[in-house]
Amino acid sequence: MDIHEYQAKQLLAEYGVKIAEGGLAYSPEDAVQRSREIGGHVWVVKAQIHSGARGKAGGIKICKTHDEVRAAADELLGKRLVTHQTGPAGKQCLRLYIEAGTEIAKELYFSLLIDRARERIVMVGSAQGGMEIEELAETNPQAIKKIYIEPAVGLQDFQARKMAFALGIQADQIQHAVKLIQGCYRAMRDLDANMVEINPLVITGHGELVALDAKMGFDDNALFRRQKISELRDKTQEDPREMAAADRGLSYVGLDGDIGCMINGAGLAMATMDMIKLAGGEPANFLDVGGGASAERTEKAFRMVLQDKNVKAMLVNIFAGINRCDWIAEGVVQAVKNIDMKVPLVVRLSGTNVEQGRKIIEESGLPIITADTLAEAAEKAVQARNDVAAGRYQPPASRDTITSL
Amino acid sequence: MSIFIDKSTRIIVQGFTGKIGTFHAQDMINYGSNVVGGITPGKGGQKHLDRPVFNTVKEAVEQAGAEASIVFVPPAYAADSIMEAAEAGIKYCVAITDGIPTQDMMKVKIFLSRFPKEQRMVLTGPNCAGTISPGKSMLGIMPGHIYIPGNVGIVGRSGTLGYEAADQMKRLGIGVSTSVGIGGDPINGSSHRDILERFEQDPETKVVVMIGEIGGPQEVEAGIFAKEYMSKPLVAYIAGLTAPKGRRMGHAGAIISSVGESAAEKVEMLKELGVTIAPTPAAMGETVAKVLAKL
Repeated sequence: MDIHEYQAKQLLAEYGVKIAEGGLAYSPEDAVQRSREIGGHVWVVKAQIHSGARGKAGGIKICKTHDEVRAAADELLGKRLVTHQTGPAGKQCLRLYIEAGTEIAKELYFSLLIDRARERIVMVGSAQGGMEIEELAETNPQAIKKIYIEPAVGLQDFQARKMAFALGIQADQIQHAVKLIQGCYRAMRDLDANMVEINPLVITGHGELVALDAKMGFDDNALFRRQKISELRDKTQEDPREMAAADRGLSYVGLDGDIGCMINGAGLAMATMDMIKLAGGEPANFLDVGGGASAERTEKAFRMVLQDKNVKAMLVNIFAGINRCDWIAEGVVQAVKNIDMKVPLVVRLSGTNVEQGRKIIEESGLPIITADTLAEAAEKAVQARNDVAAGRYQPPASRDTITSL
Repeated sequence: MSIFIDKSTRIIVQGFTGKIGTFHAQDMINYGSNVVGGITPGKGGQKHLDRPVFNTVKEAVEQAGAEASIVFVPPAYAADSIMEAAEAGIKYCVAITDGIPTQDMMKVKIFLSRFPKEQRMVLTGPNCAGTISPGKSMLGIMPGHIYIPGNVGIVGRSGTLGYEAADQMKRLGIGVSTSVGIGGDPINGSSHRDILERFEQDPETKVVVMIGEIGGPQEVEAGIFAKEYMSKPLVAYIAGLTAPKGRRMGHAGAIISSVGESAAEKVEMLKELGVTIAPTPAAMGETVAKVLAKL
């Protein structure tokens, strides 16, 4: 789970990380009020969206008068900002963070991440801040310093000092740097974060160390014990379909293709999507319906897939382990009957009780295309999609028509 | 031979009397696994599925000679249960639980590493379907009937995709020595590489299939190990060709977050390391058949 910059800053400030004075605004009036409260002559109006690279997308405005603050707020509120992290649809800005302007002498990069290969937290720093770390890793990897933290004892001060020196911090600021680095580490550990990024970490004109931006990501698996963090969730920043799926216990990721998928198991789902691509199609979504899929859940998954208007054909691929094919087949039949399906459906069942499952599909009399193997299923789905695209597919008469006959 | 478990391995179930634990314990017993009891703290002394319930893993080791355990404990308490098993002297543990916090798993791994190697418990999972040595023992939640005994070792992150591989092989008459699920989480008890090391030492295993996916460096590390230390052929498939960067595809660990973590990049690196790649997920069985035919 991601949170906003202002939320990350508030959390980190509790752990002793120095931030500039700032406040939240939901309207241009709020924004002006915040800038008056903060005082001074320079303010930064920052769009709060769950993405980095907001500056490049025009989401950060430096203002010298209250009128400029009002104008910047007016422009940004409600605007969809597109960055390379948001995808082409962008993310809508509904909150602003108004911050006192900071005089910057030097920009640094600092982050804490979980290193999967070493199974521990790694501290990453660079004296070349401001730019993205991926970019820096490509252009100048020597400029990046990494220090691994032993999970049993945690971050030691000498490690924090080593990082501070690597960042080129002056001797009289080293103690402050250690405090900031330790604060970030403790926040990460105590709050079950999987990422803390301060980019840029700046040295101000007065020689102070300030977190000018802050980003935190949290381990979804640990939210059950981090009530305070869960409450920071901003649903407006998440894909509404993915949220709706998660609320139904399904795992869904929307994609750009037009073949809808419903599969059990994340690995098999990815493999089935690969198979669709290799057969010449493009998947419209990732959907893991999970184990123990009931008829009710199957119908919900169908609705989830079909609400994407791009979908021209749908593929169901189930390998029943804990599931049973006959239960799934009943769910599929019920879903097709309850939802007026306008697109062709390909179903492939395998595993426990496969014979009974196939029989249920066959005897339903519904226009369901069946397949025995993964390859056949993908090919038939792509074929069905092509038929729809070429106008060769006649949707079955809807139930209303049948009744009127 | 097989790896980790065989007919005689004495198994206990952690989270024995819960709904999920009960269901799968019964399924394992039906398959022929030697389940000697289970753990539910506070219910020690009772009987469940005709087998003794213990309060602690230590008691199960001392009184029932437990060697292997399977964990069905909910995510909040699972790490604790795994560490209890390790401390009690369990040799092999499968953690089925999905949703264990990453930092808990970091603690588990450090805890395990403190034991001298010969006394250290092997952990596979969490968030996996378990391990099966077909015809001998099942320590997991898979449909046992899709596996036939044979000479191919399977190691994979995903449950159902592993079933798909076993099913394709069964259709071609190819059997499995042991199939090990290492799980879909970012931090696993054992890596692909760790399991390859076991298969290399197992005389019954002739070929190994590795089923990987996007995210993390594991598959390539395993490929490097195979190139340097393995005499047996390795076949691999990597799922997630269509997965976009930065999006989590169901599994907590299935996310492309840095260079080298996409399916295409992993396939390229594995090819360079001499690993035989199954070109599609539908070709896992036939690729194994071709490799077997050359032996």
